[in-house]
Amino acid sequence: MPRELKFFQAVHEALDLCLDRYPSVYVMGLGVPDPKGVFGTTLGLQEKYGAERVLDMPTAENGMTGIAIGSALVGMRPVMTHQRVDFALLAMEQIVNQAAKWHYMFGGRARVPLVIRLIIGRGWGQGTQHSQSLQSWFAHVPGLKVVMPATPADAKGLLISSIEDDNPVLFFEHRWLHNIAGPVPPGLARTPLGKARVARPGRDLTIVSVSHMTLEALRAAEALARDGVSAEVVDVRTLRPLDRATILASVRKTGRLIVADTGWPTAGFSAELLALVAESAFADLKAAPQRVAQADCPMPSTPALANACYPRHYDIAALARRMLGRRPIRRPGRPPAAAPLDIPDDSFRGPF
Amino acid sequence: MTTPEDRKALWRQMLRIRLVEERIAELYKNQEMRCPVHLCIGQEAPAVGVCSRLRREDYVLSTHRSHAHYLAKGGDLKAMLAELYGRADGCCRGKGGSMHLLDLAVGFLGATPIVGSTIAIAVGAAFGSVLRGDKRVTVAFFGDAACEEGVFYESLNFALLKSLPVVFVCENNLYSVYSGLSVRQPGGRKIFQLARGCGVESAQSDGNDVLAVAELAARAVAKARSGGGPSFLEFKTYRWREHCGPAYDNDLGYRTQREFQDWRRRCPVAALREHLRADGALDDAEAARAEREMLSEIDAAVRSARKSPPPAPDQLLKGIYAGATATRKRIGGRKRCRAN
Repeated sequence: MPRELKFFQAVHEALDLCLDRYPSVYVMGLGVPDPKGVFGTTLGLQEKYGAERVLDMPTAENGMTGIAIGSALVGMRPVMTHQRVDFALLAMEQIVNQAAKWHYMFGGRARVPLVIRLIIGRGWGQGTQHSQSLQSWFAHVPGLKVVMPATPADAKGLLISSIEDDNPVLFFEHRWLHNIAGPVPPGLARTPLGKARVARPGRDLTIVSVSHMTLEALRAAEALARDGVSAEVVDVRTLRPLDRATILASVRKTGRLIVADTGWPTAGFSAELLALVAESAFADLKAAPQRVAQADCPMPSTPALANACYPRHYDIAALARRMLGRRPIRRPGRPPAAAPLDIPDDSFRGPF
Repeated sequence: MTTPEDRKALWRQMLRIRLVEERIAELYKNQEMRCPVHLCIGQEAPAVGVCSRLRREDYVLSTHRSHAHYLAKGGDLKAMLAELYGRADGCCRGKGGSMHLLDLAVGFLGATPIVGSTIAIAVGAAFGSVLRGDKRVTVAFFGDAACEEGVFYESLNFALLKSLPVVFVCENNLYSVYSGLSVRQPGGRKIFQLARGCGVESAQSDGNDVLAVAELAARAVAKARSGGGPSFLEFKTYRWREHCGPAYDNDLGYRTQREFQDWRRRCPVAALREHLRADGALDDAEAARAEREMLSEIDAAVRSARKSPPPAPDQLLKGIYAGATATRKRIGGRKRCRAN
């Protein structure tokens, strides 16, 4: 029986191992050493490694990102943490103009080994400024790497690889993944950047998913299997650099593609994947590629409206059935009392 | 206090930078340097005065107007000119241009043109020095407009919080492109007092008096190196040429001819030369010989830069990411740093 950890514990273990192994690593972010320890991911690390290497920071996202960059230029390996992606928008200047460009614009003579952990909120009334899923913004920029783990093993393995990487890496953690459990190998078990994962093999249809949508895609694939549809699920894991080969190989095999993204559809990462298959696998397509994404509007707070914004497994399954010419199924209109739609599972009691 | 030799070295540094910049202005018309240049003619003293008080391994970060900082810190002249020509031997292999100079061999960590951004990066370098336990001092050069950016305050705050070995050097040349201070900051504002209000020990002096600059810098650098934390220095100075490009632009009307002439009369290079001459430390023959030597060094650097090939076309898509070199050795596994 392999050892199981929750996703947040896997993140914690990766940080712990890297702090222990590499004296150049330090962990910084608002609330990192506080009693909640960024959803448990940093608990106890300051006690273990000292306040110089595990530290809180002023509420100055842009300046502190510049400071992290400067320290990286002289040999440190900072891991920054933002409790929401939305807060990191204040740091876009340092991330996009400075960190992303530094290696290229100085002719390869300098490196910025920097990890920025960004947490995507969802549900429980998070509203417009605590729920955005802006991975596409970062994936647009040459020089940045963008990582979105979906399992505890990848949370650990991808975080270790990100910390060991010599480039700025945006590491997205979905709030609804923090409490899921799964097998996690011990030690410095790395997941390489730039490699997608076939999470479930199939023949009839490919669902390419990121982050939490991989869980939804797997649930959809299970439901489809009960109807005799064999769906393959490809977990992207790294949006940039993108593993085009694995995605294209799957789509060439099945001839059908659904992209399941946590972000908005317009000019988003899902659009990039549709463009990829249109450009490179057009002749293999048996149906027009489709996507499931967040509703194209700012996120309202009330569950009465927000529940319709977040895509779920039945949205993916319904779309798949339509693509395959199957009888449509109805989306649950209202959450059944036993399965509310604004929380990931029963362990989540709010508020964020 | 400076010795005559020390003062002569300061004069030579300023003159060399002046001659390089004038040569760039002259060559720019040939349309071979195809990148924006922000010349520092008229404001050589803060760069030279401050860098003269740094060690080779100390760090400097700068802005779009960085030629003087780069050269004063000891940056390689040939590599700088080759960069302006967009050649393979440029300090950034042609990918940076005038606004992105770097010479790691002398601690010149980089220059970028987004106003204020390198202030934070400089504070980060100083933070890195503390974490690594080295004794380096970092200098952030920036202009008066950078003090209007939020990142300026964020940087000062953290430098103070952690008592970091950093010196903030504000070259106040009165203009942000064509926008004077009066349309950007409240009347009567003294920038160094603003920094003092944030809690950073601050001082100012005439930015065209390199001896005054060097004196303040020496104090700030010594304080930083001994663990005393950050300082802020404001030096009022003036750029003679246009904001960007080789020409004069007083005809545009954003500043007066009179203001320009007043500042020009206070040339930092000529003032120190007069001072040295009056002291009997520099005669005309020696000055002329020094200038001839510098001009021939610059000639050679220009020739070398123009001879350098352009980067190969395949360099376009290379170097976007640093390669996978994350071995335990490279990133320093196990060895305990001062934090533990």
